[in-house]
Amino acid sequence: MSGKVYDQQADPALDMAESTVQAGFDPKSWDMVGSLNLSRQLPTGQVLLDLAAAGRADIVVLTADLGRPTQVIQFGQRYPERYFNFGIAERNMIGAAAGLATTGLTPVISNYSFFLALMGLENIRNDICYPNLKVRMVGTHSGIAMGFYGTSHHCNEDIGALRTLANLSLVAPCDANAIRAAIPALIDHPGPVYFRVGRGRETPVYEAPPSFTLGGSNRLREGRHATIFAIGNLVSAALEAHDLLAKEGIELCVVDCYSIRPIDQAAILAAAKEHGILFSAEEHNVTGGFGAAVAEVLAAAGAGARLVRIGMPDAYSVLGPPTHLYRHYGLDGAGVAATVAKALRAG
Amino acid sequence: MARARKNVTDALLAEKAKMIRRETVKLTDLCGSGHYGSSFSMAELVAALYYEFLHVRPAEPRWPERDRFLLGKGHAAIGLYPVLADLGFFSSEELDSYTRLGSPFGDHPDMTKVKGADFSSGSIGHNLSVALGMALGLRLQGSPARVVCLMGDGEMAEGQIWEAAMAAGNFGLANLIGIVDNNRVGSDGEVARIMDNEPLAEKWQAFKWQVQRIDGHDLPAVCAALDWALNGAAAGPRLIIADTIAGKGVSFMEGTWQWHLGYLGPADRDRALAEIERGLVP
Repeated sequence: MSGKVYDQQADPALDMAESTVQAGFDPKSWDMVGSLNLSRQLPTGQVLLDLAAAGRADIVVLTADLGRPTQVIQFGQRYPERYFNFGIAERNMIGAAAGLATTGLTPVISNYSFFLALMGLENIRNDICYPNLKVRMVGTHSGIAMGFYGTSHHCNEDIGALRTLANLSLVAPCDANAIRAAIPALIDHPGPVYFRVGRGRETPVYEAPPSFTLGGSNRLREGRHATIFAIGNLVSAALEAHDLLAKEGIELCVVDCYSIRPIDQAAILAAAKEHGILFSAEEHNVTGGFGAAVAEVLAAAGAGARLVRIGMPDAYSVLGPPTHLYRHYGLDGAGVAATVAKALRAG
Repeated sequence: MARARKNVTDALLAEKAKMIRRETVKLTDLCGSGHYGSSFSMAELVAALYYEFLHVRPAEPRWPERDRFLLGKGHAAIGLYPVLADLGFFSSEELDSYTRLGSPFGDHPDMTKVKGADFSSGSIGHNLSVALGMALGLRLQGSPARVVCLMGDGEMAEGQIWEAAMAAGNFGLANLIGIVDNNRVGSDGEVARIMDNEPLAEKWQAFKWQVQRIDGHDLPAVCAALDWALNGAAAGPRLIIADTIAGKGVSFMEGTWQWHLGYLGPADRDRALAEIERGLVP
């Protein structure tokens, strides 16, 4: 399932007509149009096109000058009257999404997570969550996926902020197939939904759209020594760690815990009971994030199991290429394997 | 097709504006603090909107074809509730619970609790964005409804207002109407001294809005401007800058920032009510 080599073939659905990189250019060159080819795990636009083609005329798409990098431009090209680009004005966009929802439409916001969830937090709270409006928000490029773009373009705080908003459902589909499952599964959910996704360059986890239900999780590997509950990029890292640890005789159970709020309490408590030790893994500050949500479940139930939270430390990330950062912070397969092995040996 | 007006008299609208001021004083009595100044400044505007222009159905608050009204300056909700009660969205007895534990009626309007409130507000600067989203959605679905957002002049300092203004102009939203209740005061004093927003009309015009500027207490002028804004043909959004007087209708409050928020003890309350009953002094 894991480790599938990421597909460099041109997306056949991608309209390259506007690209300036034509015949005569180096094959490695790319411009804004071609950049979409680099983010093949972010199929939001195609998923929404498929829903529209299936008769969903109520879906309208909003972005703040990020229709290309967040990959909803395809929807705008096909349905310009149902696609609203607000320019770089995120809070206005969030308010307008609320207004659109009151007229019976289903607005889908697609934007960088750090501007959507962090800048827009109060607007999301007052205008979308409090009135419990059917707005879907896709926050992309979460965590440290933007690497050397720096702290303004990192988002290690969105889970902590968003999971305190009453009425909001918060999920983290970890690759393209998970997004293909998640958006149709939740498009008609009666309240607001936030999809926390990556940059689209993640290692694929699923070969087909998986099961995706609010409060659910997907158990991807069995293991008799401990369970790791991972989200986002850390799901593929945990799968890699599973294989590395197997060579050392450690059997790690891997769960894609994509539903952050509500969270799969039964799965967490069962793992705690079974092994007495469990791991959470996220590309987010461990303070207040997904691991904290797991900790709340364990503490409230008096589960008495040890939880090792793998994630970003409570500090702003250094900058660098994303793969280097994942290695630096122990968020790649080897890093996760090392943390798990060390904790199990200490136990 | 021309939109229907109710063709009520200016005398009736003046009575309704009086009612807004009177009920504001009475409701404030229930909780010991209230936004007199900004409720009084918008009284003629709200009276003209609801009793002459807006197409709403009190028995069917979520009627899809209704005109929407958003109170960006949500702290003036105390002046809106009596109108909604008078129109029959709920009974005036329900309003007796104003601000009491569990009441639908707080200092700011709440769409989840108050029938007739088209959106919640309280965080200044949000509602014009919501209104433009409504206008986009209604236009997309071919609705004849209008969306009206009443803002304060202090609200002009919020950056999000100008994000929304720019978007509405660029989207050419002819079904969106903005009104600025330009009462010139805020919590800390005179708006012009805190953060001057002039030249205001030119700003909005630069954002592709058509603008009219009127005396917001002159009912014939208010009705003419609303008729232009709601019923006239236009290619884009329209704005009415209504020059008003904070605390209008009670002599010791008029033009003051000190009565943005306050409370009148019984003797002063009766003095204010007597002035309100006498009506506006031109």
